[in-house]
Amino acid sequence: MLRFLVRRLIGAIAVLFAISILVFLIFNVVPATNPAQRIAGKNATPQLIKSVEEEWGFDKSLPEQYWTQMKLIFTGQVTSYNSHVNIDERILEGIPATASLCIGAAIIWLAFGILFGYLSAIRAGGFTDRALTVLALIGISMPVFWLASILLYYLTYKIELFPSNGYQPLSNPWEWFTHLILPWISLAVLYVGFYSRVLRSSMLDVMNEDYVRTARAKGLSHRRVMTRHVLRNSLIPVITLFGLDFGAVIGGGAIITEFMFNIHGVGYFTAEALKNQDFPSIMAVAIFGAFFIVLFNMFVDIAYAYLDPRIRLGTQAT
Amino acid sequence: MSGPLLEVDGLRVGFATEDGRVQAVDGVDFRLEAGEVLAIVGESGSGKSVTAQTIIGLTRSPNTFVEGSVKLNGEELTTQTEAQLQDVRGSKIAMIFQDPMTSFNPVYSIGRQMVEAIRAHDRSIDKKAAHRRAAELLDAVGIPDADRRVDDYPHEFSGGMRQRAMIAMGLALEPSVLIADEPTTALDVTIQAQILDLIQDLNRSRGLATILITHDLGVVAEVADRVLVMYGGKVVERGSLDDIFYDPQHPYTWGLLGSLTRLDQPRPHRLPQISGAPPSLLNLPTGCAFRPRCPHEFGKCGEVPGLEARLADSPEHRDRCWLTPEQKRAMRQIEGRIGLEEPA
Repeated sequence: MLRFLVRRLIGAIAVLFAISILVFLIFNVVPATNPAQRIAGKNATPQLIKSVEEEWGFDKSLPEQYWTQMKLIFTGQVTSYNSHVNIDERILEGIPATASLCIGAAIIWLAFGILFGYLSAIRAGGFTDRALTVLALIGISMPVFWLASILLYYLTYKIELFPSNGYQPLSNPWEWFTHLILPWISLAVLYVGFYSRVLRSSMLDVMNEDYVRTARAKGLSHRRVMTRHVLRNSLIPVITLFGLDFGAVIGGGAIITEFMFNIHGVGYFTAEALKNQDFPSIMAVAIFGAFFIVLFNMFVDIAYAYLDPRIRLGTQAT
Repeated sequence: MSGPLLEVDGLRVGFATEDGRVQAVDGVDFRLEAGEVLAIVGESGSGKSVTAQTIIGLTRSPNTFVEGSVKLNGEELTTQTEAQLQDVRGSKIAMIFQDPMTSFNPVYSIGRQMVEAIRAHDRSIDKKAAHRRAAELLDAVGIPDADRRVDDYPHEFSGGMRQRAMIAMGLALEPSVLIADEPTTALDVTIQAQILDLIQDLNRSRGLATILITHDLGVVAEVADRVLVMYGGKVVERGSLDDIFYDPQHPYTWGLLGSLTRLDQPRPHRLPQISGAPPSLLNLPTGCAFRPRCPHEFGKCGEVPGLEARLADSPEHRDRCWLTPEQKRAMRQIEGRIGLEEPA
């Protein structure tokens, strides 16, 4: 198990390194214009461009440029020349809001995704299954900005059931909670629909496995067969998806939700940076997001190993 | 106790499919006494596995139609509720399956799956005791170093060991009937022999009544007391092992026997085979289901023959073929390749 973890960790670091090189190349080498000009912003003076060139080492070789830039990003010294704030600090400030949004939404989407998928699968073809299928498709089809607008309009503006003014810190738990309910729902609905469909089809596959028949033949109750033998073996694709999706949203991918609900998290910052073409910020956010995706994929690998001993023991079944 | 241990009467199993109703099993009767080995023989789709699974209610679904009766110690099983049947499965009738590779859940250890089986029927046994019992059972079926290997995962066992473990799991609650659905099909020949020895051993030492489902007459010859030959959902011949091997009455049985390799005869250029393919259950021929493939078909075969005793001296040997015993003997002589000597 330890060897497995070390292998995965080394792999994750290698992937992150590769991503940082890719991000560097995309932002600095691929575009034809002067990178210092882009970093300095739209209304930069020639002196500013000159100082950016020096600070970022654009007069040096590419490996040196890479090294200088990564040092700036990872030591927290990048400043946005648009808004004159330290980018790393700004991202760190956004983490509590983004984490609150994403963890809460993830709990909702996992719980309901698994519940609906399970109910759909054990009643496959019946009324419950059909109703849940329709609901899932509706959930998948609703764009987040639309759903968020509708929720805000009816529940916050019309009947004033939920407050509207953005994110409240956790120091006041009740405020924190009520301000996050609508964002959680908006972010989770798509995934609930998606996960329930994936789990349903995965469970229907597993139900036809020989070992499920064995489990029934030894006299286990229907519920036990379904939970211990079918559900557990069906969770692997769901966990794969979860690692990718959760890594993406917590790394700043919940851009629309954060923007619609005025939550000043990493996603909101990303949206601003994109709007202003603030290249240092976009670069930092891209690496930040990649870090979380890689991190959660590593967790997924560990979860696999926990769920399937064949992976844990490093051997393949015949 | 009087009466047979397991009694199956007029069992019919149909499935509703998109193309219409499929009568997978169409009238199967048999009795199984304690300590007996009954072999059910037939090709894929002959209804042998469905028969076995229906006995313990594994085929139940809204699209399944079961008629007839299955009695265990005189108690009717087909009308029991699912919860009542769960008590029977595993504890009174155990079942093992064809492919030991896929019949264990890959994510739990062998021991844990055995403990689950034991505790499903007897909650009073604590986990430790059940675990000890699992190790003992593995030892009893010949798994070396069972104390340690009980915690292995299925993928760490070889195919033969997995099938032994399946049998051990089946025996955990000392059932009176073991249904083995092609237990040796997925194993190589030397392992097959070991598994058959094991089944026979348990059958003798514990008086475990066994239903052995197979398409391999070589397997049947080794362990069975009585044989049921199925074709197209019907029993086409039944009798004792000697009846079937030395005086087979149904041309389908001849075909099965004829396609065996034999060590006591010159090697044929190519193994004989029954021409054609098993019939689709959706579209069975009228009359005798074997008619389209039978070289001896004649006018009367358009009517369904009953399962009757046609030999004066052995009332338990029955078959579904319109030919007279004399005609059958003559034809077997001509076919030659079946080469059946009279029992010594």
